[in-house]
Amino acid sequence: MPEAGPARRPLAIDADREFEALLLATIVLLPFLLMLLPAAFERLRLSPALGAGLVALAAALPLAWLAPAVLGGGTVLASVEWVPVLGLELAFRLDGLSMLFVGLILGIGLLVILYAHYYLSDEDRNGRFFAYLLAFMGAMLGVVTSDNLLLLVVFWELTSLTSFLLIGFWRGAAEARQGARLALLITGAGGLALLAGVLLIGDIVGTYSLGAVLASGDAIRADPRYPLVLALVLAGAFTKSAQFPFHFWLPHAMAAPTPVSAYLHSATMVKAGIFLLMRLWPALAGTDAWFWAVSTTGLVTMLFAAWVALFKHDLKGLLAYSTVSQLGLIMLLLGLGTPYAELAALFHLLNHAVFKASLFMAAGIVDHETGTRDMRRLSGLARQMPITAALATVACGAMAGVPLLNGFLSKEMFFAQTFGIGTAQWVWLLPAAATLGGLLSVAYSARFVHDVFFGAPAGDLPRKPHEPPRFMRVPVEILVVTCLLVGLAPALTIEPVLRFATPALLQGPLPEFTLAIWHGFNLPLAMSAIALLGGIGLYAWRRGQGALSRDHAARLSGKQLVESAMDGLREACAVLGDALERGGLRLSIVTFLIASLAVGYAGFAGTWPEATLSPGGVPAMTWVAASILVVATLATVGFHRERMAAVVAIGVVGLLVSVTFVKFSAPDLALTQLLVEVITVLLFLLAMYFLPARSPREGGVARRSVDALLSLAAGGGVAALTYAMLLSPPDTISHFFNAAAKPEGGGYNVVNVILVDFRALDTLGEITVLGIAALGVVAMLDGARLGGPLADSEGRPWTSQRQSLFLQVMSRPLLPMALLVSLYLLLRGHNLPGGGFIGGLVTATAIVVQYLAWGTAWVDQRLTVRYLAVAASGIAIAAVTGLAAIGVGAPFLTSTFGYFTGPVVGTFELASAMVFDLGVYVAVVGVVLAILATIGRQHVVVDKA
Amino acid sequence: MNLLLVAPLLVPLAGGVLALLVRRPAAERAVGVGSALALLAVAVALFTVALEQGYATSQMGEWPVPYGITLVLDRLAATMLLVTAVLAVAVTLNSLGGADTRGRHFHALVQFQLLGVNGAFLTGDLFNLFVFFEVLLIASYALLMHGARPERTVATVHVMVLNLLGSTLFLVAVGCIYSAAGSLNLADLAERAAALPADREGLWRAGAWLLVVVFALKAALLPLGFWLPSAYAAADGTVAALFAILTKVGVVAILRTGTLLFGDVGLEPVVLALAIATLALGAIGMMAARRLAQLAAYAVVLSVGTLLIAVGLSTQASVAAAVYYLMQGTVATAGLFLIAERVGLLRGASADRLVPAGEIRGRLALPLAFLVTAIAIAGLPPFGGFIAKIALLDAAADAGRAAWVFPVVLLTTLAAIVALARAGSLLFWKSASGVGRDEPPGRVAGATAAGLGIGTLVLAASPLVFYAGAAMDHAHATAAQLLDPAAYVRAVHAGDPTREEP
Repeated sequence: MPEAGPARRPLAIDADREFEALLLATIVLLPFLLMLLPAAFERLRLSPALGAGLVALAAALPLAWLAPAVLGGGTVLASVEWVPVLGLELAFRLDGLSMLFVGLILGIGLLVILYAHYYLSDEDRNGRFFAYLLAFMGAMLGVVTSDNLLLLVVFWELTSLTSFLLIGFWRGAAEARQGARLALLITGAGGLALLAGVLLIGDIVGTYSLGAVLASGDAIRADPRYPLVLALVLAGAFTKSAQFPFHFWLPHAMAAPTPVSAYLHSATMVKAGIFLLMRLWPALAGTDAWFWAVSTTGLVTMLFAAWVALFKHDLKGLLAYSTVSQLGLIMLLLGLGTPYAELAALFHLLNHAVFKASLFMAAGIVDHETGTRDMRRLSGLARQMPITAALATVACGAMAGVPLLNGFLSKEMFFAQTFGIGTAQWVWLLPAAATLGGLLSVAYSARFVHDVFFGAPAGDLPRKPHEPPRFMRVPVEILVVTCLLVGLAPALTIEPVLRFATPALLQGPLPEFTLAIWHGFNLPLAMSAIALLGGIGLYAWRRGQGALSRDHAARLSGKQLVESAMDGLREACAVLGDALERGGLRLSIVTFLIASLAVGYAGFAGTWPEATLSPGGVPAMTWVAASILVVATLATVGFHRERMAAVVAIGVVGLLVSVTFVKFSAPDLALTQLLVEVITVLLFLLAMYFLPARSPREGGVARRSVDALLSLAAGGGVAALTYAMLLSPPDTISHFFNAAAKPEGGGYNVVNVILVDFRALDTLGEITVLGIAALGVVAMLDGARLGGPLADSEGRPWTSQRQSLFLQVMSRPLLPMALLVSLYLLLRGHNLPGGGFIGGLVTATAIVVQYLAWGTAWVDQRLTVRYLAVAASGIAIAAVTGLAAIGVGAPFLTSTFGYFTGPVVGTFELASAMVFDLGVYVAVVGVVLAILATIGRQHVVVDKA
Repeated sequence: MNLLLVAPLLVPLAGGVLALLVRRPAAERAVGVGSALALLAVAVALFTVALEQGYATSQMGEWPVPYGITLVLDRLAATMLLVTAVLAVAVTLNSLGGADTRGRHFHALVQFQLLGVNGAFLTGDLFNLFVFFEVLLIASYALLMHGARPERTVATVHVMVLNLLGSTLFLVAVGCIYSAAGSLNLADLAERAAALPADREGLWRAGAWLLVVVFALKAALLPLGFWLPSAYAAADGTVAALFAILTKVGVVAILRTGTLLFGDVGLEPVVLALAIATLALGAIGMMAARRLAQLAAYAVVLSVGTLLIAVGLSTQASVAAAVYYLMQGTVATAGLFLIAERVGLLRGASADRLVPAGEIRGRLALPLAFLVTAIAIAGLPPFGGFIAKIALLDAAADAGRAAWVFPVVLLTTLAAIVALARAGSLLFWKSASGVGRDEPPGRVAGATAAGLGIGTLVLAASPLVFYAGAAMDHAHATAAQLLDPAAYVRAVHAGDPTREEP
């Protein structure tokens, strides 16, 4: 969407409009807001259906208020902003077309709720069922009243989701779960296509507002993206309305409770696709692409599904395929694209909703009362349930297009529309196909009525059939009476409805039309006659051949196709995913190194800085030291399988790094490095006790060669970058630290002032890192029991001589001396080499020596402090020192210092940063001891074991 | 402001330290919950500050701008702090159901984890960012080991070794940048980048691109993200929920340095292409998942892919989509981890494996929570995922990348729908059909804690739907702020204590 955003309509123009808008929004939102009412009713031991019915009635009430305005040709609009930047708003429109659909959804919804009250058993969680049903109702109402295409997609997807929940309602049944997932997959995919199409329409028109889109038909059709838009929108419509080749989800959705089938899968949701095409007809129709895509799909669907319907044994299966076929018929009409055909499509859609809902309910009654829906077992039910039989017969008559019923009228209109399409030699094709479709629909209607209700009484039914409860039949009766009324007196009943709804569909004037039972002898009548007689003939013939009772194993089931495709996809995904996860650490490292090399190389692109420093004049000692460093590093790699040797080699590396620091006048760093080396070696030794002395060789020569090359390349890359950095001294901020350390930081030792003052936050972070490391070690090892070997790698048992007397004697006087030294290092750190890190490491080392000399238990008895708490206290001291600054209005970690004169010591300096450094000291002591002592105690555990 | 701005660091630091100092488990819990709630309060306060003032800065130690470390609050940082705090509350509450006793020092580790995350969001200094990355990483290693199990040890070793390499590269990259531009302060670097000598551009670009590699490793962008699924799936569910924020730290770092420093180094097309591949991998993994936690781990990959597509498109609208998605995606994936953990506990021996097993009896809330979370993750209406998706697709169309982005985003959405529908149907429907193999345990403690944890996330995500307009406006304002680096630099200089009054 462009930044300008959609035109923001004011909420309402005047109070009256505002009230209307509120009422309109209520219709859609009420079912959502009150969807839990049925569950509440269930809790109160009231019928949940009653709750649902009340909600549906309440949603219908505003319609009575709004109807006059709409009937008068007006359009009620309501809009509330939702996400204005995206052009998504809660905008609703009630015009003739949407009001017709609202009426349909609420009317049939009420009947279905009443029916479901009797249909569902008390064991079903009816509260949940009706909550889903209300949510679906709201979503469907949203689809038909959305005035914003994005909002329409929102409700569209909600119908898919609620349909998923409703189909899977009997979750214990495998067919229900599979049917639900299949429906979600197909209609969900279509919904996503529709979303893409709608986004493109929004891009073309500049807004998603329906009014603007409908007025921009020419612009949309002229846009180069029109074919794509059309394909995407049609993908949405065809999947939802179960058009070939996406139809197969609908028959499997029949695993839903029958009220759901009656409501969603015949009367409402499957009509959403058709509604969408009707709604967008002014914007998208009128091109060759539309004609061919829509009418061909409709035609193929109509014929194919009608043929399949004839051979279904399951009552609901037959109805499902007949629904697909009838939807194809309506789609075909939409494809023809003339205003009159649109009107016929709308008319047939209404008729179909009425007779098909009643047929589903009748099928549900048969199922409910006999325990089966298999037409091979059912027979002669007219005797036990005559009223139901009569109702179903009339409804089937309407479906077959028998005169005096509503289906006849719309089918006649359909027939009449098929003339004159195509070039001269093909002009007969469409009427012939239409007649064939009609003929097949008569055949399957005949089968439904005759197989179930006539013939000899069935013997072996699971239940003894009888008429259903009185009020279970009421919805069927109402619908069937509607079929009759429309069929007998169309001019009084349906004609006014069509007259006010069609202009909204067309966004243009109403075509001339009259509805009458008798139009005289003409071609459509002849086609009807052929269809009726031929259909009955076909049924009788196929039945006589026994073709209808055979098992028709589906040769190519869309469901199987999709499921095996999904299984295959999942397999492939699993193979790929496993391969990647099996790659493990090495794969990760290799890709990381390759990525770093590639990116670093491409980024650097050989741009060497101009050399201002000459590499010449390196003293010989430096070369010697560097050579030893390289050799020691290579030795570490070479000895990596011999752990002890590797530790020695890496110790050499560390030592040389310390020497390097000394050479470049960084005594603090050199000291730190040295002490860290000591402690690292201790750590290695403690840990290595639990590890095998040698590690196995990993991978073959090829793999190790690759690894070696990659390592060399990575090392070379870092060396190259370092060389580039060293070519010329950059203009950096470091001069400030040298200049400001003493006058502003109060210390001559620049490194220390940086650590505890300039960049104290880094230091606080780093001591926290140390603390967490100790915490991690303790969390991992405390209470754990590592199994250690009792002998070394050569099989020699470890000595039982635990402590060395020599070490014990030496360590006693060492401790106080070391503590004194560390304190001195800590205190002078601000001005001379030393500081918290170094002091802490010295103290820790001294105490570790006690552990080594006297054993863990001996020290633990005398030093009862928890090292983790010590580490935590150190961090706390540092943080609190920093926090004190805030107390005087300065930022965190601001330091201060002063010079004081005292007796004996003379003038001395005190800096708040030294307290911070004390925190560092305490933290370092705590961390080192926590880690080493925790691992050390593991040895005790091993010893006792 | 000095105090409020460091509060997101001090609260978890204090929480972590206190949790170590107290000795009774109950006191540890009290510290954990109290600290998380305090953090939420701080985050809300800072969020309002960011909304009102745009920026707030604090110079650590009162040192002048390029020399001392700067903390910078802007809309992005404030948003991420808020998301982190919400996650902290949810995870801490959820852990009271028993997750915190499956290992030691859980609450302290969580607090330190939060310290690292918050610091990474707030800092205005490249090296300080490194330090906070270390804090969050080392805490994450320990948390990954929480409730020791063999697969967790393996995962921890992998993650640790890989991230040590990552940290090394981070230092190399910082070295390149420092040697090219001579500073560490992001605002200062932004200024120096504009006047870089030509012969130092190579080092600068190498540093910039290597940093993106480091951040991409944290974010788990392909091909650097192979470590994530097995690690997150192995972690304790409560821990994994907290980890949902970690990948976002990488994304935010890319977004931050990308807009501030590397606006013209031209890595966006590469990021876009790799993000599309990442998205595809996420969907593939979700389809193939054998456990719900594994599915959730791949959902994290999916969300990273989606986010980085938005980052890679690098328009204001796409960055806005990324910001909105940062909020909703993080919460949704965290929710799925918590649900996976609960499902695992309730099903006993079958745990959260996607196989038929005993019914999860008499619990309506859990399937409902799964449904809501699944819809949010798949990006179906009416929840935030859908709104984020529209925003992303819309931005892609405007950027002329619809042909690339639309098919991948929509197909992966479909794959996510299929995977989540299958998982839900298996866990909550098929298990009810009596084909289960093992009897689930009778009563499992921690229902209240799980309800509080998951409920917190749902509650926190709801404004993203009900006030989606305001949330999206905020995302746009955040994007606009990000794409105006000069304003960031001005704000940092304005907060300089030694600044001479003009």
